[in-house]
Amino acid sequence: MIFAVLIPLLIACFIPFISKIKHKIHTGYFVFFVPFLIFLYFIQFIGEGFNPIRQTVNWIPSLGINFDFYLDGLSLLFVLLISGIGALVVLYSIFYLDNQERLGHFYVYLLMFMTAMLGVVLSDNIFVLYTFWELTSISSFLLIGYWHFKERSRYGALKSMIITIFGGLSMFGGFILLSVITGTTSIQEMITQTDVILASDYLPLILGFILLGAFTKSAQFPFHIWLPDAMEAPTPVSAYLHSATMVKAGIFLVARFSPIFSTYEWFFIIVSLVGIITLCWGSYMAVRQTDLKAILAFSTISQLGMIMAMLGFGTQAAVFAAVFHILNHATFKGSLFMVAGIIDHETGTRDIRKLGGLLTLMPMTATLALFGTFSMAGVPLPFLNGFYSKELFFGSTLGLEANALSQAIPYLAVLGSIFTFVYSMYFFFGVFTGPKQFKLLPKKPHEAPIGMLISPIVLVIGVVVIGLFPSLVNAPFLLHAAEAVNSAVEFEQISFWHGFKTPLFMSLAVVGIGTLLVLTRKKWNSVYTVLPGKLSFNKVYDKLLEKIDTYSANITNYYMNGSLKTYMSLILGTTLVVTFSFMLLTDGFTMKFDNLADITILELSVVLIMIIAAIATVFMNHNVAAILVLGVVGFGVAILFVIYRAPDIALTQLVVETISVALFLLCFYHLPKLKKSTDSARTKLVNATIAVGFGALMTVIGISAHSSNWFDSISEYFLETSYTLGGGDNVVNVILVDMRGLDTLFEIAVLGIAALAIIGLIKHKKKKGAE
Amino acid sequence: MEIIISVLAGILFATAIYNILQKQLLRIVIGTALLSHGAHLFIFTMGKLKTGQPPVLTEGVTDYTDPLPQALILTSIVISFGVTSLLLVLAYRTTKENNTDNMEQLRGGENE
Repeated sequence: MIFAVLIPLLIACFIPFISKIKHKIHTGYFVFFVPFLIFLYFIQFIGEGFNPIRQTVNWIPSLGINFDFYLDGLSLLFVLLISGIGALVVLYSIFYLDNQERLGHFYVYLLMFMTAMLGVVLSDNIFVLYTFWELTSISSFLLIGYWHFKERSRYGALKSMIITIFGGLSMFGGFILLSVITGTTSIQEMITQTDVILASDYLPLILGFILLGAFTKSAQFPFHIWLPDAMEAPTPVSAYLHSATMVKAGIFLVARFSPIFSTYEWFFIIVSLVGIITLCWGSYMAVRQTDLKAILAFSTISQLGMIMAMLGFGTQAAVFAAVFHILNHATFKGSLFMVAGIIDHETGTRDIRKLGGLLTLMPMTATLALFGTFSMAGVPLPFLNGFYSKELFFGSTLGLEANALSQAIPYLAVLGSIFTFVYSMYFFFGVFTGPKQFKLLPKKPHEAPIGMLISPIVLVIGVVVIGLFPSLVNAPFLLHAAEAVNSAVEFEQISFWHGFKTPLFMSLAVVGIGTLLVLTRKKWNSVYTVLPGKLSFNKVYDKLLEKIDTYSANITNYYMNGSLKTYMSLILGTTLVVTFSFMLLTDGFTMKFDNLADITILELSVVLIMIIAAIATVFMNHNVAAILVLGVVGFGVAILFVIYRAPDIALTQLVVETISVALFLLCFYHLPKLKKSTDSARTKLVNATIAVGFGALMTVIGISAHSSNWFDSISEYFLETSYTLGGGDNVVNVILVDMRGLDTLFEIAVLGIAALAIIGLIKHKKKKGAE
Repeated sequence: MEIIISVLAGILFATAIYNILQKQLLRIVIGTALLSHGAHLFIFTMGKLKTGQPPVLTEGVTDYTDPLPQALILTSIVISFGVTSLLLVLAYRTTKENNTDNMEQLRGGENE
């Protein structure tokens, strides 16, 4: 199983080499076998006696993060969709993308997505799931921006990325809370601890965070705005990611967690309400679109809303219908996207206002579209799978517990479905019938090559077969998937004729009113100027993004102003605040007065002179004077070393100080004169505060370090072994050249580098002067 | 006495930082020199300032001053000498090339 997940990624590593010969053999032929073989591997699990399988490969066991793969009915449904539709999409893309395109990039992204998506649906470990989840967002970003020279592509890619990653991060927050509460990272183990989770105070937060992730990914209202813009991707990508698989990841997530949350009332309210609003809004907006793919995008949004709503209901009937519709939607929507791609490819436009009367020219495509659209609309015909799930959906809206929301749901469901019917008919009749205006088309339309038709044909055959023989997929397949969501689901025959019951009347109402609306579309079209009118979530998004851009730029420019002095102040200020507060919090300051050396007049006067000299450096405005007071400090240090019996460093300090003063004098001669500071009083005060604060900090640390005695000094060791190990009496020398000899070597290296740099800096000038 | 030396080190740090926060390059170099003096004294107080014998092994003497800070400071003095001299030359070159020793004018361009 782990192999199946990772194989697309492995193959992706070879794609760049294979794509070198793309002019001879289209890269897609190699890629096709990957999802196809995965599909064949997983199809063996279909059967009535299926039991969940678990497989674990350790990754970071100490953090509880492992590749924990868990294949149950729900995962199986998704895995088969991912690999099955994946194979068809790759096949289709062979004819859609010609070998002038950057095929290597395309298939690498696509395979990366396959691994990511398989990982999402198979992972039982929430952190691994999250990793794969974000990987799907990234590969989706890359695929939407595939034609990166187009402005709209880049915009769409960025939008989808920002919205889905925002949701992903919030979902991650929910996951962390969940794992903290339950003490496990496995979803299945969390399900066994449902009581603990439901009793937790953080339950609303967890639910909110996780649902935010699911809603953004599955393009639920009001986060749906990224999906229409994602249609800038090549059509195979739209068919695959933005209709059949990736956008269903959110649905998958809700389904996966619904055993935990289903008894929580807010889960029902939020998920059902958001779902049903998305259903209505998506289908309502779809009718207004003129771009074929935009119609399909809004249609996808609305269908996802419908599935989401059913998961929100959580009843047996609803869950089963949801699972059934996931499968059906993938078949008819996948084929419709491919049809849209074919039309675009063969006529050069996707604008439904220019298209029309293609029925005679593209009979095959038209037939495929007919099945797809009618199935989507839920037309009551016994060979359309869309009708079955829509009927089940209507049925599930009726049997809910009575409250204000559930009273309204059936009406909203019918409303949404009416518009679904309208845009389905609009799509089919707008393209294939009506006035022929071929002159408006950039290309002369003709039927698509057979290779391009294979994939939609396979999907439409799926539509019809599921429609005619629903029991083929029911017990061996869908039942297991539904059971994984709601263990109470029982086997029920899917049948075409239920008798004269409410769902049938709802369907008939949809068809009746829908037909009426289709025929009179021109008359009520002006309703869109009222709703949404100027109301646009895109504008909100754009404004938000723009504001975030300007504000963050302003904030960054405020402190990154290019002045080193400001950076220095910031760094020192932060150090001060952090260290001092840490000291206060941990009670780190200690001060002991025992075991101190005596204070003598000599030392005290040296210290006083140094203090005066040090302070004088600040106020000296004359080069030589400044150097001299600096020298006083340096020699003072040397005298202190002498007093404290440190002959070696005293000597070194004297030599170095002498040379330093000489060097300073040498350089200062060439440098501009020191000027009186022209800073404002405020700047001076800030500088002085930081300086004094830092001085105080160092004093406090020095005293504390001296006063606390946590462990013995290692100095004794050096004193004892200096002669025996190092063969020298002068302990300091032995430490430097023997015990820590390597350090001294590096020190010499540093000096050497400094010397070279100085030579370079001086020579540079000479050369310039010679020129 | 250790506390007095600690205070002295603190004052050296304070004046060093104040100098570093100035605009003129020279002041900054002076600041770094002061900073290294402060650091040396700071390290020095870490070992007890007991006035024992210098850490040169002699017959019959058992009480020595702490050799470890001394070794550290010796290294530090040499390194800070290298740093100070490099900074000096760097300041000198910068001033010559840019005709200013004002840090506020020595900024990167818009896109650096």
